[in-house]
Amino acid sequence: MTAVTAGTAAASTRQARFDAAVAADERIEPRDWMPDDYRASLIRQMAQHAHSEIIGMQPEANWITRAPSLRRKAILMAKVQDEAGHGLYLYSATETLGASRDELLDKLHSGRQKYSSIFNYPTLTWADVGAIGWLVDGAAITNQVPLCRCSYGPYARAMVRVCKEESFHQRQGYELLLALSRGTPAQHEMAQDAVDRWWWPSLMMFGPPDDASAHSAQSMAWKIKRHSNDELRQRFVDICVPQAEALGLTLPDPDLRWNEERGHHDFGAIDWDEFRQVLKGNGPCNEQRIRQRRRAHEEGSWVREAAAAYAAKASGASGAPHGTTEPHGSGTESDEAQVEATA
Amino acid sequence: MTAALALGDDALVLSHRLGEWAGHAPVLEEEVALANIALDLLGQARTLLSLAGDEDELAYLREERAFRNLQLVEQPNGDFAHTIARQLYFSTYQRLLYGQLAAREGEFAALAAKAVKEVAYHQDHAEQWTLRLGDGTAESRERMQRACDALWRFTGEMFQPVEGLDVDRESLRSAWLESVTAVIKRATLDVPDTADSGAWSAGAGRQGLHTEAFGRMLAEMQHLHRSHPGASW
Repeated sequence: MTAVTAGTAAASTRQARFDAAVAADERIEPRDWMPDDYRASLIRQMAQHAHSEIIGMQPEANWITRAPSLRRKAILMAKVQDEAGHGLYLYSATETLGASRDELLDKLHSGRQKYSSIFNYPTLTWADVGAIGWLVDGAAITNQVPLCRCSYGPYARAMVRVCKEESFHQRQGYELLLALSRGTPAQHEMAQDAVDRWWWPSLMMFGPPDDASAHSAQSMAWKIKRHSNDELRQRFVDICVPQAEALGLTLPDPDLRWNEERGHHDFGAIDWDEFRQVLKGNGPCNEQRIRQRRRAHEEGSWVREAAAAYAAKASGASGAPHGTTEPHGSGTESDEAQVEATA
Repeated sequence: MTAALALGDDALVLSHRLGEWAGHAPVLEEEVALANIALDLLGQARTLLSLAGDEDELAYLREERAFRNLQLVEQPNGDFAHTIARQLYFSTYQRLLYGQLAAREGEFAALAAKAVKEVAYHQDHAEQWTLRLGDGTAESRERMQRACDALWRFTGEMFQPVEGLDVDRESLRSAWLESVTAVIKRATLDVPDTADSGAWSAGAGRQGLHTEAFGRMLAEMQHLHRSHPGASW
């Protein structure tokens, strides 16, 4: 047997072991062998999930200083804090694949990695905070609950923690909208306007339709994804319709109706052109979101340098202790399908 | 109820300032830490304002001249060093104050007993950052020194008498000075030598005399609530 064929045989054994583990619903862990494409695909999805948490702080933080009661202000602050925490878990989980947080942030800042399209929409009124909680967090949970069974262990475990907190936020968002809907006519109108503006962008969070989704088939084969985009989107619509009724609010879709035969709600066509424009950077807030993130990072650089210099002094001047991890896996290209299943 | 208002306003206003950092912090861990401190303070504010009346009425419907917070806590965030210096001065004061209040009978004892644990964390956070920035790089050292100097003149106000607040102000002042001086020195910085109680700033916030930035802060904070009179949220 030549060295080459021995190597090939070993590689196919590793691949077979990986395939068997995935087939048996076992978890892949950081030290396990995994195909390079699986690693790269997870880094892309998890990083973009982390980025979405971080960018997603902005539209809501926009209302912290204007929250109309101290109770609501406390709830909103806690939520934005949780999002920063989710970003931290997810960056940590991504680091188990050999990527460093610094490198991932750099890719976010330079536009080489994306975040969920939804956060490129502006929060124009207080009711938007409720609509984000109810619809955006609701869509995120619908996407993320199946990720709790994802084949990669660290990601699945991060999702268990994230989903618990997200469910709590979603209930609070719903309750905020309910208070507005049952409040004064002006408050009711504010709530309806917010739902009108956030409904379709929330449906877009599930990604392109199944026949146009570049990564879906592979992600499902690897058991990273468990359900198709359209399947999850349908599930979300079916959940939202009775909730909207209970809220006393309407959903802005004249084609939305119960289909007895399918046992699901039919709904109108999504404006995929708008979706593509937002992903290409032409949404209402794309530029602003990235600019703020970059500015926070740049203006904070002297603080991070100070912390590193102080830590180096404290540990006996043994040189800079951070930022030395080599990236693993291939660079990631921009692709609208990348933001699937992240929010 | 002047004391509950004074302490409640301190916590409310500083919490608001820290809330302005959300999405702008230098590192993710500080997003979590600053929001956490802001939340603790907001919780304290709600308890204290509820002792004095309705929390939302007091927060959202009072004019600038009726607020009783220290001028220190209303100071704009500035750079991270400025925020940390404000936090160092205030959390050291709050910890010592609540330490005294927790040790005696009275309406603030229960609140102080709970808050003193939170405030110990705030103080530790501020001290650690004062050390990192003061003894970090040349730039961070300069910024931290500038921040300590700029805010020093607002510190004298913390030791002015407040109606209904039964504390030993002399021991509060000496313990505060000792603690803050020690941290500043460990951070290799100079203790500011400017007056800590100028004629204008001493006692001013407690009397409803504030700095100009405060009115703008209140305009933002109160705008939505005031736009919908009588609404509940």
